This record gives sequence, structure tokens and C-alpha cells, in this order.
Amino acid sequence: MHAEFGNYLLVFAFVISISLSVFPLLGTFTKQMSLVYTAKPLAILFFVSLFGSFVCLAYAFFIDDFTIAYVAQHSNSLLPDRYKISAVWGAHEGSFLLWVLIFSGWTLAVALTGKNLPKLSHSRILSVLGIIGCGFVSFLLFTSNPFERTLPFYPVDGADLNPLLQDFGLIIHPPLLYMGYVGFAVSFAFAITALIEGEWNATWARWTRPWTIAAWSSLTLGIMLGSWWAYYELGWGGWWMWDPSENASFMPWLSGTALMHSLAVTDKRNSFKGWTLGLSLATFSLSLLGTFLIRSGVLTSVHAFANDPTRGRFILFFLAFVVGSALILFLFRASKVKTKANFSEFSKDMFLLLNNVLFISATFIVLFGTLYPLFADAMGKKISVGAPYFNSIFPIPLVAIFMLLGVGPLLNWKKHDFSKLKIPLLKIAAISVVLSLFSTWLLDRFYLWVFVGLALSLWVGLNSFYNLTLLTKYKKGLSAKLASLNRATIGMTLAHIGVVVLLAGVVLTSYYSVERDLRMAVGESQEIAGYNFKMKAVENVQMENYRATIVSFDIYQGDSMLLTLKPEKRFYLAGGQMMTEADIDATLSRDLYIALGEPLDNQGQVWSVRIYVKAFIRLIWLGAIFMGFGGIISLLDKRYRKLQAKDNQAKYNQAKYNQAKGNQSSDSQTQPDMAIS
Amino acid sequence: MAMKPHRKKRLTAILSSVIGVAIVVALVLYASEQKMNLFVTPTEVQAGKAPVDRIFRIGGLVKDGSVKRSSSSLLTEFIVTDMVADIYVTYDKIMPDLFREGQGVVAMGKMNSEGVFVASNILAKHDEEYKAPEVLDALERAGHPVDRTKSKSEGQE
Repeated sequence: MHAEFGNYLLVFAFVISISLSVFPLLGTFTKQMSLVYTAKPLAILFFVSLFGSFVCLAYAFFIDDFTIAYVAQHSNSLLPDRYKISAVWGAHEGSFLLWVLIFSGWTLAVALTGKNLPKLSHSRILSVLGIIGCGFVSFLLFTSNPFERTLPFYPVDGADLNPLLQDFGLIIHPPLLYMGYVGFAVSFAFAITALIEGEWNATWARWTRPWTIAAWSSLTLGIMLGSWWAYYELGWGGWWMWDPSENASFMPWLSGTALMHSLAVTDKRNSFKGWTLGLSLATFSLSLLGTFLIRSGVLTSVHAFANDPTRGRFILFFLAFVVGSALILFLFRASKVKTKANFSEFSKDMFLLLNNVLFISATFIVLFGTLYPLFADAMGKKISVGAPYFNSIFPIPLVAIFMLLGVGPLLNWKKHDFSKLKIPLLKIAAISVVLSLFSTWLLDRFYLWVFVGLALSLWVGLNSFYNLTLLTKYKKGLSAKLASLNRATIGMTLAHIGVVVLLAGVVLTSYYSVERDLRMAVGESQEIAGYNFKMKAVENVQMENYRATIVSFDIYQGDSMLLTLKPEKRFYLAGGQMMTEADIDATLSRDLYIALGEPLDNQGQVWSVRIYVKAFIRLIWLGAIFMGFGGIISLLDKRYRKLQAKDNQAKYNQAKYNQAKGNQSSDSQTQPDMAIS
Repeated sequence: MAMKPHRKKRLTAILSSVIGVAIVVALVLYASEQKMNLFVTPTEVQAGKAPVDRIFRIGGLVKDGSVKRSSSSLLTEFIVTDMVADIYVTYDKIMPDLFREGQGVVAMGKMNSEGVFVASNILAKHDEEYKAPEVLDALERAGHPVDRTKSKSEGQE
């Protein structure tokens, strides 16, 4: 019953998305306001039907309805309830339903908050989102329907959720990640609408900015959670391995970062317009490319979804359609969007331009490394591109980005008098170098990259604080100073501090971590990085849905015992999978990490054991959290709402004026067929 | 010929971005030449087609009865086969959970002077049913038809 209902709702959402793509857009060209006004109710219906469909699937999981194939394959009656809910997005079909649901959520948010937008533009934006939504829903409906039945021979019990996914990190990682991925659809739709209307100015940029920042923040936190999850759950102890599916999310992130900064220029200076439009289109295209890479099965990846050629083809066609029509529109219309660039070599504009060039280079480096094996494969050559390629080349634009990041926020728009900044900048540079040398000396071994990384971190960090003192120099007292900062500045500073913390974490953990794979027997001790690990006992336990072997280790520092870690090896009863459950003691400066390999004797008293002392690895995720929350804080800046209201007034006046002139500005009618395609 | 200031600025901008792009492309090509890992089948290794002194990957099945473990360290020796040629492989770290005799495996490493492949990494797969495309490919190239519809991997992104 619920399965049929969920399915009907999907079909309904499909019909709604077609209506949303056609009617409002048509109305904006034929000037039929009754059609234009359908956009908002259709967007609401789109969300409601998908939400209903999602609830139906969740309900099917909850009541163990194994007549539904997807439930039977990814759940089990023994699965704890909280994982039954997260199992809804534990594999391809359900996770794509979540993806579409989140997409419709963004569409709903645009529909509900667009009061300040000109009515025609608002409806066009929603229509463009409708077109994208139509692509997503038909993909779901025709290639990945989660409601397909196993009738008449349905299984008595389900095959179980992959134990790797039975974890808290996996409950929240996909929703956040998807919010980021599809959130860039909003700035994409804004850009397409601006191209259709042939008008793209500071006002447009200001509308787009909060949406882009919101998507970027979600993506940042989503990627961070994925990294953290992989670290503790895969029993492998790394935080990033340049796996293609990681790159799939990293490319839109890099390009989205460029977009966010370029939007700032367009907003404040009304320049970089074509550039910003192009980045809006590129970022969402990279999101779709990432989807294609992960869901089509073309990649050799530790965690790509089940492969099915029809799915791959569908996404590839959709990708080609979206990128193709966006590109055509851009080529024909972007020339109408004129930019008068007028700034000197030493200005915020210039530094943000360089930021963009570097981020785009970084995106290209990742794109090349990710796609090259696919092209080589097509040529009949099997090649893998992994960490050695990325690690040798990716730091180059990164170092340049950090050098510029120290200076950029201090500068004025258009032109800055360098002579005033010279002395303080030299001082900060000197302090950074000295402090970095001092810290590498404290860490008892010198590595060039650690020195460079820490010096850059200090350089950016100190400059951020210097910037805050400059911004508040006319206020007396700390609280008055803090109160005078707007949220956009606080958010930006926090995000930049986050980058600094992240960079410090990356270099420190890469060079000062000690990692050992060992053969250990009960009673044996091993000295690693100043800690003494003693293997104490082995016990077997029976849990709700798995059997586990737990090996306990006492860890001593000097003579005093610090704590006991109990890594596990689990055997899941329903699916028969083995799982490595690492045990970790985390502090800011180091993680003690133990994961079990396998028993090496028949009594299970000798094990292969992985013991890591990871230096400062928490800084990596802490930095990413700062970045994500920095984005969220800047999103809450009052300025956006105030300025939107003001723009609205200006637009209104403009519309009145146009009407008086006899509707001459109807450039939108020149190419209606293209706009609909 | 006099140039208007904004033209000049635009020209500088275009030139510098062209140079920037050229640098990036050159770097990428250089790094990719050096850092990419070729996939080689056991048969090709035996025919001397494996890269010398470079890290590469081999794939195939772990030969039945070939796995030998040291009793004092983690060192494991086994044979990777594509049913035509056998390659000795050594590995001194923790084996992935799914490493079994008769199962597919992809190993990354170098050949030593004795013709033994010293693996620095054994690729772990999350699913019992999963066989890496490389493994299937190696078997196919060695003349064993494989049923690719069974190959699937599963997980999250």
C-alpha cells in the first residue's frame, strides 16, 4: 500500500516538475500572469509530493517491508531502528530519492523567499529548477525506482545494511553532502535566468550570494563528515586519499569556492560578471559530473555505487543537456553582459581575480587526475592516478593561494596604497617565519613542508587578526570592537581561520604521525612515539546483530597508565561481512588509534594490529567545521536582507519606468525557444 | 602604436592568464608522466612488459594454496595469477579483510631484482561479490571469459 502510494507520489512529482519547467517559463514570455503565478504553488507541490514519497520509503524500512526489493537488499529485521531510517539512504535508489528531496527543498526555499525578486525572474528561476528537477525525478523513476517489488517471492528477511553504513556519521553525512551538491543548482538557475534576460548586475549577484554560501557551507561540512567517517570507520586511519569519489565532491567545492569569491566582486563592484556567470554554470556542472562519476560505475573506487550502464548513460545525457544548453546560452548571451574592469594591480579586485585563477587551476588539476584514467581506459590503457600525482602538484596553487590570502582581505576595492601596508606586512611575515621555525624546532625534527605550511598558516592567521584590528580601530574597548563587526566579516574571518587550522593540521599530521602495522600476541608490548601499547586480553561477545572479538590494549606513558583502548573485529550475522571497528583516543594534539587486522594463530591470541599515533589530525576537521560555520554566520548578515529590500524598490521603479516606455525592454522575447530548451 | 590604457590592461590580463594556463597544463602533464601508475597483468609482467623501477599495479586472483605467512612478522607471500602466468608477491602490512585465496586482488608496488613483486598497498574492496574491473580485465586478457554483470560494488559516496 505505502509502496504504491510512494510510487504514485513520485509519478505525481514527475508531472509537477514538467509543469513547473513549462508553464511559468511560457507565461513569462507570453506575458500571461496566470501562468507566471503557477510557479510557487507548483514548487510547493513538488516538495510535498517528494517528501510524501520519502516518508513512504522510510515507513517501509521501519516496518520491515521486504516485499520492496530495495528494503530487502538494504535492511534486516535485526537492524536497530535508527539505522533502519538511515538505511533509506544507504544505497543508490534511496540516496537518490533523498538527493531529489533535498533538491526540491532548495526549490521550495527559493519559492518561499523570493518575495523581493521581480516576479518574472522569480518564476523563471523556479522553472529552470523545475527542468533540473524533472531530469532528477525521471532518473529516479525510470532507472532507480526504490519502490520496486520483489513479489511474488519475497524474502523472509532482508540482506542487511552494509555494516560500514551502520554508523552515526553515515546518518548525517549524505544529507549534508547532497545539500551542498544540489544547492549549487540554485546559483545555476539564477545564472541561466540572468542570461535569458540578458541582464546580470550587482543586484543579481547579491541575490545569488547567500544561496551559494549556503550550498558551499553544507558541502564543506558534508565533505568533512565523510573524511571523519572514513578515518574511524574504515579502520584505515587516513583522512583523504584522493579517491575519485572524494574528488567528485572536491571539484564542485573548489569551483564553488571560486564562485563565492567572484560573487563578492560582482556584488560590491559590479564587475567580473561574465566570469561569475561562467563559474555558476561550471560549479553545478561539476556537481552533476560528480554524480555521474559516482553513480554510473565508471570509476574504480572503494565506494562507488552499484553499476548499471543505463544509469550512467542517463546521467551522461542529462549532463550533456545541462552543460550544452548552459554553454550555448552563455556563448550567445554573455557578451550582452558587459564588464568595465577598472582596478589597479594592487587592489582587492585583483587579489580576488588571482584567487579565482588559482582555484580554477586547482579544480583543473583535480579534474584532470580524476578523468584521465577514464580516457586512458577508452584508449585501451589501464592507469590509476592517485595520491602521488595529486600530492606533487596540488600544493603549488595552494601555496600561492595562501600567500595571497594573507594580503587580500586587507586591501581596498579598486586601488590600495601599498606603501602603508608594506611595513606591517613585512613585520607579520617575519613573525610568521620565526614562529614557524620555532614550532618546527619544538617538534624536534625539521621538515621543509611543515615549515612552509606553518609559516603560511601563521601568515594568514595573523593577517586576519590584523585586519580585524584595522576594521575596528576607531572603537574603544573589546566589546565595542566586536559589536561593530558585521556578521559577514566575522564569518569570513572565521572561515579563513578555519583554512589556517586545516592547513596546520594537514602538514603536522602528514609529517609527525607514526604508523605501525604489527604482529602482536597477548601480553606483548610495543613502544611507539613515546607510548607503550600493551596487548592485554582477547574476548568474544555476542551483540544484537553481530558477533565481535574485542582486543583490549593498555596504554602507558612512562610508568603511568593512560587508558585502555578496545578495538573490535565484527562479524555481521545477516550479511556475513567482517568489519574493523577501530578504537581511538582523541585529543587536539594527537590521536591514539588502534585497529585490528586478523587473527594469526588458531587460538586468536596473536593478531595483526595497526597502531597509529596521529599528530594533530583533529585540526583538519576542526578547521573544516570553522569554515562551514564561518559560511553560515556570514549568511546571517543583515545586509543581504536590507539590500534586497532596497533593490526590490529600485527594481519596482525600473519596472514602472519600462512600462511607461511601452515595454521596449522585452529582450527576453528574442530567443524564447532556446530558453525553453 | 599607442594603446589605450584599458586595452593595454586587457592585453596584460589575457597574456598573463594564457601564461598561467600554460604553466598549469605543463605541470599537470609533467606530474602525470611521473606519477601515474600503469596497470599490468601477470602475463605482461612475465613477458617483461612491466615498468622498471616504477610503481605499478598488478591484478588477478590469489592462487589457491599459495598464501604463506611468516611466524614472526606480518610478512605474507602469495601468488597472483591470471591463470596463465604466476607472479610472486610479498606484503608486510595488514591484509584487507577480503583477502582470501581464490579471490580477486589488486596490488600496488614494484618488482625487485629477484622478480618478486613487493607490494606497498593491497587494495581493499568492501563487498564479497565485488571484483575490481582490473581483475576481470586481467582474467579476460588472459583468455578467461568473465561475467561482468556480477561485478558490482556497493557502499556510499
